[in-house]
Amino acid sequence: MKTAQRSGLAALALSAVLMASTGLSAKTLVYCSEGSPENFTPALNTTGTSFDAARPVYNQLVEFERGTTKVIPGLAESWTVSPDGLTITFKLRKGVKWHTVTGFKPTRDFNADDVLFSFNRQWKTDHPYYKVSGGKYDYFNDMDMPKLLKSIEKKDDYTVVMTLAEPNAPMLANLAMDFATIQSAEFAEQLLKAGKPEQFDQIPVGTGPFSFVAYQKDAVIRYKANKEFWGEKPKIDDLVYAITPDPTARYSKLKSGECHFVPYPRPADLAEMQKDPQLQVINQPGLNIAYWAFNTQKKPFDDKRVRQALNMGIDKAAIVKDVYLGAGQAAKNLIPPTLWGYNDKVQDYPYDPEKAKAMLKEAGVTTPLDIDLWYMPVQRPYNPNAKRIAEMMQADLAKLGINAKLVTYEWGEYRKRAQQGEAMTVQLGWTGDNGDPDNFFFLRGCAAARPGGQNLSKWCNKEYDDRLNKAKTLADPAARAKLYEEMQVIEHDEAPDMKIAHSIVYEVMRKGVTGYKQSPLGGHKFNGVDVQ
Amino acid sequence: MFKFLLKRAALTIPTFFALMFVTFVAIRLVPGDPVEVRTGERGISPERLAQFRHELGLDQPVWKQFLDYVWQLLHGDFGTSIVTNERVLTEFFQLFPATLELSFFAMLFAIGIGIPAGVIAALKRGSIFDQTLMGISLTGFSMPIFWWGLLLIMLVAERWGLTPVSGRIDLIRFYFEPVTGFMLIDSLLSDQPGAFWSALHHLVLPAIVLGTVPLATLARMTRSSMLEVLSEDYVRTARAKGLSTFRVIGVHALRNALIPVVTIIGLQVGSLMAGAVLTETIFSWPGVGKWLIESIGRRDYPALQGGILLISSVVIIVNLTVDILYGTINPRIRHGR
Repeated sequence: MKTAQRSGLAALALSAVLMASTGLSAKTLVYCSEGSPENFTPALNTTGTSFDAARPVYNQLVEFERGTTKVIPGLAESWTVSPDGLTITFKLRKGVKWHTVTGFKPTRDFNADDVLFSFNRQWKTDHPYYKVSGGKYDYFNDMDMPKLLKSIEKKDDYTVVMTLAEPNAPMLANLAMDFATIQSAEFAEQLLKAGKPEQFDQIPVGTGPFSFVAYQKDAVIRYKANKEFWGEKPKIDDLVYAITPDPTARYSKLKSGECHFVPYPRPADLAEMQKDPQLQVINQPGLNIAYWAFNTQKKPFDDKRVRQALNMGIDKAAIVKDVYLGAGQAAKNLIPPTLWGYNDKVQDYPYDPEKAKAMLKEAGVTTPLDIDLWYMPVQRPYNPNAKRIAEMMQADLAKLGINAKLVTYEWGEYRKRAQQGEAMTVQLGWTGDNGDPDNFFFLRGCAAARPGGQNLSKWCNKEYDDRLNKAKTLADPAARAKLYEEMQVIEHDEAPDMKIAHSIVYEVMRKGVTGYKQSPLGGHKFNGVDVQ
Repeated sequence: MFKFLLKRAALTIPTFFALMFVTFVAIRLVPGDPVEVRTGERGISPERLAQFRHELGLDQPVWKQFLDYVWQLLHGDFGTSIVTNERVLTEFFQLFPATLELSFFAMLFAIGIGIPAGVIAALKRGSIFDQTLMGISLTGFSMPIFWWGLLLIMLVAERWGLTPVSGRIDLIRFYFEPVTGFMLIDSLLSDQPGAFWSALHHLVLPAIVLGTVPLATLARMTRSSMLEVLSEDYVRTARAKGLSTFRVIGVHALRNALIPVVTIIGLQVGSLMAGAVLTETIFSWPGVGKWLIESIGRRDYPALQGGILLISSVVIIVNLTVDILYGTINPRIRHGR
């Protein structure tokens, strides 16, 4: 008996020690994420899942303010743009510590060498890291950085000068994107010397609010609060990403308290979630647009009256209600209402089949008219079911005397053909990258209207395009916003497309979670978040 | 015995090659390649597309790609994942212990309940127990795993709170570096009190879900095999000799009845792997099944090809083992009769 008591006590003492050593009393936030990251270097990746996994660890020169698309100082304390718009000079923050992880202890603070390393890796083909981990820098290339950048130079340890080939106002927003993450040049060099450069993309060493602890593929990613973080100190001690791909399982785990926060709930679960007193459901329009483009180079869509008529002939409200199931908002402009420059004065075309018919007649369209209507073979963040939408449109068009033939291809093929201008009318959409309106409006610009370009309407309007190009060169956001507002009026009147909807992004958390701000850009950030 | 083994092992070589070929061709027949799948609405310029396709060797004729792949395999190289840039073999062995652990317990659950249930049903043939059991096993056999898994999560984990919803361990309370990859062993090695129970607790629901179909199959198989054996002359003789029922059933009948059952257990390993794909997805179980599904979506050719070959090798090895075991419990095979 005595022995049993003694061993019991010993076990108790042992568990107390273990509890202390493993920090079980620590404040932990569990985020049930939807998948595993490809790696931890955002420059190499294209998925939100991978960006989310790197986000706690890293910073950029400039960043998006939490919950907005406003660009604020990050690792650059301040910056100045030269009057000709061609030079941006960044003053870097001093005293920023790199994380210490297993196998790496930094010997110096963050400085200009790290900035040069992070950009040159993606830019210079002779950089020792250029080819590491496959070396596909999609975003760096997609945002036209090789074309826009002339040089990036270190003036001193805390000053970096970026010279551009042409003035480009959205550049700062580009630099706040994940691909522009600043990584440790010292760690990269250490691994290169050790002959293990590929580990650089598996073990994230950053300057952010949380440092990386461990990753087990398809199971869990662990981070701990960075006590030396230069910005707002994290309110939690540990951050755990419990990888849970199935949305139903995520919801169950949220209910049972196994996680505190879940992204991407199933629309069908939303009503029940909203009724649950243990949960908080938040939402906002996603930074995206689903549209139906009319190919203005094909008859009869070269006539704007036909395009306007089709805008009036489709019951958009029914589509939003039946297809988006509450997770969508009817769209009237190309940009979502959360983005600056949104023109709320634009009045959407009303659903009026009679007027639509009359307008078609006025335009000299003889019915029955045969057209094709392309729909994507896949679900997209902005469009849960393009086929269903196409079927609803087909029924509405039939009432106008238009026979729409539904067409689709394999996803890659679909985009290629649509961009070549093969379709008469085609559904597609867009998800914004950097919260700059230009990142949406270029979709109707003349440059994108060439065969193979992303302007699926193949619509090129001088008034619109002049404003688009001018706005890019202006540094003053108010002046840019004015031009964008005018462009929305032109585009509404010309109707090169019908805007379908912006999806509504929902996120769900347990009642005790406070301080979370939903990002209009769709990412997840847990600095400033607390859990009771 | 050695000759028998050699013959069986030699037979696996063409199977392996056929598998290699089918996997290689099938994944390439699916529209979209790894480069196109990565690009979204933004698309990719023809130059960059050509460059990446060239780097991945996708611009080569398919027969050349296949020969290169075979050559690579003969050198023990399963390739590198296009998505994560990790060696396929490394990724596989990182994830495989989780699948193995789950499959082992699912099989344990199936055998532990399925065989005794089948024996009892055979002994009480026609009784209510027999009829109920066969009814249940038919349901179990035809149950969609996805639906069954979600139903159990909702009832057992969510409503009754008896088990955790998913995952392999309580992530808030326990943290330790994996040593073997088997959570039960690692939790014991970690010396953290309660970790082992947490790991075991997390294993219950997924093992039941994955074990349901094999359980139903085994119960039915054991029953019919047992019924057949019970009507054999030697059982009647054993009874006539006045042996106890336990000896008659346990030693004479069951041993013979189990011969076909063992084969079925071997064959079930294949279906366990198929079931693991779904079970792992529902229960966020970090195994090879879930990995393969994601590799299909991302058109990660090397991961998919390597993964399928490796899993198939496991199934082939298990079946080979079963054949050897079969020889042990059924000497007629061993002696080539």
